[in-house]
Amino acid sequence: MKNRLMENVNNFIMLMEKKKSVKFSVYGAVFLVMLIIPKIGLPMFMVRIMTMIGMYVILSMSLNLITGYTGQVSIGHAGFCAIGAYTSALISLNFGTNFFITALLGAVVAGIFGLLLGLPTLRLSGTYLTIATLGFGEVIRMVILNWESLTNGPLGITKIPRPVFFGIELTSLNGGLYYLVWILVIITTVVIYRIIRSKMGRALMAIREDELVSKLMGIKTVNLKIYAFIISAFFAGLAGSYYAHMIRYIDPNTFTFDTSIMIISIVIFGGMGTIKGMFLGSALLISFPEVLRFLQEYRFVVFGLILVLMIRFRPQGILGGQSRRDYKMPKGVNLEKIMKEG
Amino acid sequence: MLFQQIFDGLTLGMVYALIAVGYSLVFGILRLVNFSHGSVYAFGAHIALVVAVSMQWGIFPALVISIIFTGLLGIMIDKISLKPLREKKSKPIAALITTIGVSYIIQNLLMIIFGSHSKWFPKIFDYGIIKLGDISINSTQLFIFLVSLLLLVFLTIIIQKTKIGLAMRAVEQNPKAAHLMGINVNYIISFTFFLGGASAAIAGTLISGYYQVVYPNMGFIAGLKAFSAAVLGGIGVLYGSVIGGLVVGLSESFAVSYFGGGYRDAVAFVILILVLIIRPKGIFGKKEITKV
Repeated sequence: MKNRLMENVNNFIMLMEKKKSVKFSVYGAVFLVMLIIPKIGLPMFMVRIMTMIGMYVILSMSLNLITGYTGQVSIGHAGFCAIGAYTSALISLNFGTNFFITALLGAVVAGIFGLLLGLPTLRLSGTYLTIATLGFGEVIRMVILNWESLTNGPLGITKIPRPVFFGIELTSLNGGLYYLVWILVIITTVVIYRIIRSKMGRALMAIREDELVSKLMGIKTVNLKIYAFIISAFFAGLAGSYYAHMIRYIDPNTFTFDTSIMIISIVIFGGMGTIKGMFLGSALLISFPEVLRFLQEYRFVVFGLILVLMIRFRPQGILGGQSRRDYKMPKGVNLEKIMKEG
Repeated sequence: MLFQQIFDGLTLGMVYALIAVGYSLVFGILRLVNFSHGSVYAFGAHIALVVAVSMQWGIFPALVISIIFTGLLGIMIDKISLKPLREKKSKPIAALITTIGVSYIIQNLLMIIFGSHSKWFPKIFDYGIIKLGDISINSTQLFIFLVSLLLLVFLTIIIQKTKIGLAMRAVEQNPKAAHLMGINVNYIISFTFFLGGASAAIAGTLISGYYQVVYPNMGFIAGLKAFSAAVLGGIGVLYGSVIGGLVVGLSESFAVSYFGGGYRDAVAFVILILVLIIRPKGIFGKKEITKV
């Protein structure tokens, strides 16, 4: 039963990858459905869940860049989120700046911290790095908690203004927040997709497979790992600042270790090193506590189980595994001709 | 005052050392940071809570029962979650993520079973205050210090003087060669997990008796501090963990009195990150050579 299901899924993915027309019609249909979701009178909470899914797609995609593609496990990603959220919220409250500028600033500041966290990767690898990221996340939380003059300490920041787009306040009611997050998702997806399909992306994957070998091949592993951290932190900060302006209230307990675990669960569940997996993983893991209400209490236990069971039985995640796409030869290389001539 | 701070720090440090030893032992053998160790520690404290408070059996039975159950939990974690990965020869990252998942499961199950609020735990070894001239020593602290010291000595004797300790050191150096010499590697690994779990249970009971509270999340911060201690001393080196634990305990005690209680937990992380940046292998750590 399970194998049949997996086979069907695999066949479908293969069909999508092989045939352009199938691929584009599926994507087009999904796009259209996504476009009309806030307008067809669905209950408010469903639109809200869709919005949260969008936010977690950004977060998991950003973590995927360092964990899925570069092989550096980070469990302090909530720290970047918190930095982005607090930066953006404080700037917009104190200076009344528009969301689109503050979100960018929040993301940039998070990126700078990504650089700071990326620097230890000069000397750390594997487990040590993971611990450093965990420590980083906790230190950020403690600084936010104790720096009361700036962050208002444990009371948090309230009345953060909603995003305003050319005079229109974006709310859940007019669907503005929903469209905004999915536009951010599209931007993130395009950027990450372009990165992993570039020379840098291939270098990152080489680092994941074997750091020593890639170093010997002349890849500047240290620089690349730091770049990956900066980009990842940037998008995590973006998602964090979006969250701050959506919920309009943040406190030090908004982004905790639980958030980090949730993000890494999505990455592993969906499939490390895939982009589609991040969408699927976020959709399943964010909606499941809502769908299975009776499991509410056991929600976090289930996240733990997902981590353990996925790693044990399907380490590549639901959509992970080897791509079945034919290898595309560079322009001007004709394999058959070469084979014939020997 | 200064003496009091030093003594507070040493007491805490000894308990951190006990937890740190658990990290160190497992790391030595599996080259794996056992993330679930913090929650194992919390589990130990909760077992002691059940025996000492709910069943009113007193503190010593609580210690013994907690050691047995927590040790068994350690073995179970290894057998159920880590052994299959070893047999599949998964990447190290897989085992790491698995232990994170396990820690999450244990911590949240504790929360569901016992509730997330703090529970009262009786003060242990309370024989009043001992006066030595101007200096007054809290007997609880003194006993915690002595018990931890005794256990650390006991652990060292196990590892250095007994046959099973010899086998543990052999597995640490080279599991394959040890296996060829007729050592049951899986048994040794299980035994190591038992030792780690047992020391965590003792540390959990002692710390609960010192602060007089137990709560499911207690393992998170304590585990991280102990991990900082283990890394500081050189993970995989037993006496390194002790020194590291003492340093972390002392600096925590000083930080509380000079910067205020808000920074109590931050010190360990600052130490951790500094050590990781300046000297990742720790003070007494051996440098590992990467063979191609």
